[in-house]
Amino acid sequence: MLPDFANPADWLPWAFASLMGLSILVYVVLDGFDLGVGILFPLAEPAEQDRMIGSIGPFWDANETWLVLAVGLLLVAFPQAHGMILTALYLPVFVMLVGLILRGVAFEFRAKARDHHKRLWNRLFFTGSLMTALAQGFMLGLYIMGLEQTAATYAFATLTAVFLAVGYSFIGSAWLIHKTEGALQWKAVRWGRESLWGVILGIGAVSLATPLVSPRIFDKWLTVPEVFYLAPLPILSGLLILWLWKMLREMPFPEDRRSWLPFAAATALFTLAYLGMAYSFYPYVVPEQLTIHEAAAAPESLMIILVGACIVVPVILGYSVLAYTIFRGKATELRYD
Amino acid sequence: MDMETLDTLLLSRIQFAANISFHILFPTITIALGWVLFFFRLRFAQTGDEKWMAAYRFWVKVFALSFAMGVVSGITMSFQFGTNWPGFMETVGNIAGPLLAYEVLTAFFLEAVFIGIMLFGFSRVPGWLHMLATFLVAFGTTMSAFWIIVLNSWMHTPQGFEMIDGQAFATDWWAIIFNPSMPYRFAHMMLASFLTVGFLVAGVSAFRWLLGDRSREVRAMLKTGVSIGALLIPLQIFMGDLHGLNTKEYQPAKVAAMEGLWETQAGAPLVLFGIPDEEARTNHMALEIPGLASFILTHEWDGELTGLNDFVTEAGEVLHPPVAPVFWSFRVMVGTGVAMLLLSWAAVFFMWRRRQLHEGRITGHWFAVEGLPKPLLWALVPMAFSGWVATLAGWYTTEIGRQPWLVQGVMTTEMAVADVPAPMVMGTLVTYLAIYAALLFAYVGVIAYLARKAARGEDGRAIGMPHPGKAQVAALSPAE
Repeated sequence: MLPDFANPADWLPWAFASLMGLSILVYVVLDGFDLGVGILFPLAEPAEQDRMIGSIGPFWDANETWLVLAVGLLLVAFPQAHGMILTALYLPVFVMLVGLILRGVAFEFRAKARDHHKRLWNRLFFTGSLMTALAQGFMLGLYIMGLEQTAATYAFATLTAVFLAVGYSFIGSAWLIHKTEGALQWKAVRWGRESLWGVILGIGAVSLATPLVSPRIFDKWLTVPEVFYLAPLPILSGLLILWLWKMLREMPFPEDRRSWLPFAAATALFTLAYLGMAYSFYPYVVPEQLTIHEAAAAPESLMIILVGACIVVPVILGYSVLAYTIFRGKATELRYD
Repeated sequence: MDMETLDTLLLSRIQFAANISFHILFPTITIALGWVLFFFRLRFAQTGDEKWMAAYRFWVKVFALSFAMGVVSGITMSFQFGTNWPGFMETVGNIAGPLLAYEVLTAFFLEAVFIGIMLFGFSRVPGWLHMLATFLVAFGTTMSAFWIIVLNSWMHTPQGFEMIDGQAFATDWWAIIFNPSMPYRFAHMMLASFLTVGFLVAGVSAFRWLLGDRSREVRAMLKTGVSIGALLIPLQIFMGDLHGLNTKEYQPAKVAAMEGLWETQAGAPLVLFGIPDEEARTNHMALEIPGLASFILTHEWDGELTGLNDFVTEAGEVLHPPVAPVFWSFRVMVGTGVAMLLLSWAAVFFMWRRRQLHEGRITGHWFAVEGLPKPLLWALVPMAFSGWVATLAGWYTTEIGRQPWLVQGVMTTEMAVADVPAPMVMGTLVTYLAIYAALLFAYVGVIAYLARKAARGEDGRAIGMPHPGKAQVAALSPAE
């Protein structure tokens, strides 16, 4: 599974697939929580809504930049795959973009518009967040189905769309548990409990569907000895879910201790599910059609980008940590002063 | 080429043009507004005068809004390559890829992370860190512009690569980045951004002044805006001339279309007005100044200029851009520039004259806003968005002027388009247009609303304060 590190044409595509995979994972966790907060938005009181906005305000721009990096890496490292995937997903991508536009601008407009327009922008913030999550889930479903467009694959994609939206609500609740207090925190705990099923069903559906759709993936998981090496993945996921379920029944803990735990556990769970998927699809970038080696751009160009990425990505991580540190603690209403 | 792909090509082009036209409006504002905000922030740190912080707080809201519009429409742009123009990356991806990647890595993240601290960090971080965040956001937007202009310029004047099996491979990155048109285009765009912001700041401040706002920050802002405009517009005209000379060397067909010049000739006239007719290959109702086009472009009255007819092959294949759109958008750009020149210099003159009359009373000031006559103030208000008009017209000139090429001499636009059904592109195009129209309406509306609110003094600003010199920062009131 590991590439030949003496041969750039072999390890560069692998390195870029890893880098792209990392950006997608970071995106799903980070924008996942702020999209989730957007989906939960209508369930809260107006004053609580301002605090919910406050909990994601300083971060959302940077969170969405990971999506740009991910699609950018797909574009630059695997140009052929980029064209195939995005033209096949033309409409869901369009819906996602409209959703991202609406929620992004609603975020700013609601804080600046006159009061009677605020309700409209609030509604658009919710609609945009939901559209984005559903579209991404739909794309995930179609991708798993090998980008085939039939009634059956659409049905499956619709299911993953709903599960991903509920999954984002879940990680959004976990974020709110950490960033809020009082009545809103109690609500967030309840939302977390109520959306955990979506995560379970979502991970379950994808885990069942992938080996059934592709015999290759079936063999990758369910042959000896692989099945033993891979066993920790589902077992750990199961344990995490049980732990989350137990935690959410008891939270918030006295003196708000360990309020960060659900978010950390949710991140771990998303990461495990994601790793499982990455293992299934490797080495394909377009399922069953195009491998990362076939789709890769010229090694010279990839090398130029990799050098830059190796220098810059740690710096990006550094100042992202700085931003999260500065805005740590419970969220308040956002102010420009 | 059958009818179907033609429709898809045309619709995809309109959709790309709509997306990028909408997108460019906001970076054009944020690139220079970032630096203007840094200037306000720096002046506040130097003088402790609250008017600078009030100006900062007002414009940082416009910045946040513009930034969000730029981010979301920018994400749309990054997906358009794949959904509509897969051929572009498949052919020149080895060159465009690294440039785009460097934009995201070195610029996009920088802006996106530090804007959080810039907007909401004032009371959470030390002053120097807030100032640094403001600087980094401005720097990030400029870096972002740099990489995008590098790629765009390379598409106009490509070099430093070789074609192997229909794919471009980089041979010299230095040559790719510092391609012949890059320095001119980058300088032209940066100046365009500063002019856009200069007139935006001046226009909105004039609006507040006309609403009766006589606060100290509105004076500071009006002077800052008008000064940026008056100082930079001559520089921009000079830069535009250099850029034109560069274009004449590398893309003579574009220059011929800009000038509406059909026949190659010495002592070519400058066509002030005319209606280019591509069928008859002439201009109707042309109003010309003899020899002036040659003088401007060759700096000699009888210099020779290449005409459009030289770009039609003997088989009748047209290798020059569509003439009318290039011809017209060029005139709109130049016309707007002239209006900017007249207005900003008139404003400077009136403010300066008034200061002379009041010498002694308002010492230490070069200008007095009271000097501006009302009609001039009213003229500044619609000019708030004149930078948008000029920038768009300029981009249409250069981008339509590159057609039929997508990358000059390497690939045509037609080669890059995706095979997506035309009705699907039509559907997405109409939706984008509707959303963009609504958002533009809301954007301008909110800026007007913020200006009205600030003029009413509901914005927590330094109203009617005496000259504080090094005043202590009072408790700042909430922005929203």
